[in-house]
Amino acid sequence: MSVARETIELSASAIAGAVTTGELSAAEVIEASLAHVDAVDSEVGAYLTVLHESARKHAARVDQRVRGGEFLPLAGVPLAVKDNMCLTGTRTTCGSKILNNWVAPYTATAVARLIEAGCVPIGKANMDEFAMGSSCENSALGVTRNPYDLSRVPGGSSGGSAAAVAAYEAAAGLGSDTGGSIREPGAFCNVIGFKPTYGRVSRYGLIAFASSLDQIGPLTRTVEDAARIYDAMAGHDPMDATSIDRPVEPTVSGMRADLDGLKIGIVRQFDTRELGDDIDEVYDRAYHDLEALGAELYDVTLPTADYGLATYYLIAPAECSSNLARFDGVRYGLRVDGDDVQAMYEKTRAAGFGPEVKRRILIGTYALSSGYYDAYYVRAQKARTLIARDFDKAFAEVDLIACPAASSPAFQFNAKSDPYSMYLMDYYTIPMSLAGLPALSVPCGWVTPAGGSVPMPMGLQLCAPLFSERLLLGAAHAYERSTNHASKYSPKLDEVPINHG
Amino acid sequence: MPAIGWSIPTLSDTINVRYVAKLARIALTDEEVDKFGAQLSDLLGHVNALAELDTNSVAATAQVVESRNVERADTVGPCLEREVVLEQAPQRQGTFFRVPRIIAEE
Repeated sequence: MSVARETIELSASAIAGAVTTGELSAAEVIEASLAHVDAVDSEVGAYLTVLHESARKHAARVDQRVRGGEFLPLAGVPLAVKDNMCLTGTRTTCGSKILNNWVAPYTATAVARLIEAGCVPIGKANMDEFAMGSSCENSALGVTRNPYDLSRVPGGSSGGSAAAVAAYEAAAGLGSDTGGSIREPGAFCNVIGFKPTYGRVSRYGLIAFASSLDQIGPLTRTVEDAARIYDAMAGHDPMDATSIDRPVEPTVSGMRADLDGLKIGIVRQFDTRELGDDIDEVYDRAYHDLEALGAELYDVTLPTADYGLATYYLIAPAECSSNLARFDGVRYGLRVDGDDVQAMYEKTRAAGFGPEVKRRILIGTYALSSGYYDAYYVRAQKARTLIARDFDKAFAEVDLIACPAASSPAFQFNAKSDPYSMYLMDYYTIPMSLAGLPALSVPCGWVTPAGGSVPMPMGLQLCAPLFSERLLLGAAHAYERSTNHASKYSPKLDEVPINHG
Repeated sequence: MPAIGWSIPTLSDTINVRYVAKLARIALTDEEVDKFGAQLSDLLGHVNALAELDTNSVAATAQVVESRNVERADTVGPCLEREVVLEQAPQRQGTFFRVPRIIAEE
């Protein structure tokens, strides 16, 4: 195994350790990563923009700081940044033609904090346009393939970040999760996908989709890495009025070896038998493994969770129709000329937005329009209250909830032509989003999909009460370490076949 | 529609896609009107399941975690340079964003 190969396969924690001790320099790490990206990204398509020049500058700065005696918890960690987060001087597209040539004039707080902690942004990762989708197929600017089977999608909307981390094109990725957009691609790509409590990570510099739901979180190859990234970026930011002003409990020191004394709720109405025998078996074993680690399993019910999709597909489009009103061809982004300002708006938005974004703006505009506001929007916000109450009741009995992260492994391109069938991919992740809860996906087994030739990863979703990130990540670490599902198979990359140690 | 009880308008003929698209400032082709009309009616069919929930005595969610109004002193803080912002304008005139005619002549 070459030195470069060994380097790109290191976890973020290991890279930071090696750069801190001087065993590796950030420059070496970043050169190895860039070379690997240049070799494999034509296949994977994880990135919309690769930041060769600025990554080298950031790496040099990290080395300088380390030599100066500064301790950087993420020194030299190559980072994939979802392309809805601003980074000064880089093209930031949101996967949309309407922002295709927009260059961010400032940096998102989450990204800035990670750079401060030593991370090196290596590329801007592909995504479903404006984070609306579950496969990355809604990107207007590129195709991202699943590194474990290039004929399949990486999931979405943070599919580029998930694929980049899975294919060793970054040690860690940043995604945003509105209804499952970190957890589902995490599950599809055999990586950890972690959505913190709503408000824990600043949204400043994250291009808004649905402001009451959007939350930035990490995609990583280990739970410990996710904890380190979270610890470095969580916490109050005066630039985001919804960021929570409350001390952050460090999570990386909370990694557990077992689940002794923990009560874990299994949501019996999420009947995995409906997902097919193979998948049912994966989750059955996962629940059994939690028990074997010392957890006590309890049945919990979330009676209103079944209404999550209906609730979400009113609230999220309503918020998006309002947030995306700013893309009007006046101040930035695409403009298509018209005879008057109204025609200019309409033509710009017709040419700049793709079909899924238009659908969501239309449904949201409808749900907020005069005469329908109470019937749809207010009704959905009431349903949201009921869903959050279900979780409150469940968490009075248990410490964590376990369920699938997605109803299937990664599917093939063009498999979900009907919009609603795509929406169903988020069935298991939306209720937690509506309740603002921290939740993550951790690899839990492999199934060979019907018509597929290679096994694909599945994800176990764990969910905790508000602000219980330390417990959540600690428990996920125990499960990950004892089961080690992620290392069973390797990504399928022709040019650079990679073997796990 | 008054907010009395919970009744949903008949879907297929009430989601006037052309009208909604006008409100949303998106020009649609005839094909898009047909396609989106059918897809949105289908989606509304699914979201109408919410009618099954009894929400009469339930408060609408305003926020999911503890939040409070955030205030700050009304002072000017650091912000982007005007030139940096205007650089990316599709069209500008001096220190202004330039847009097509807003008010018709006469």
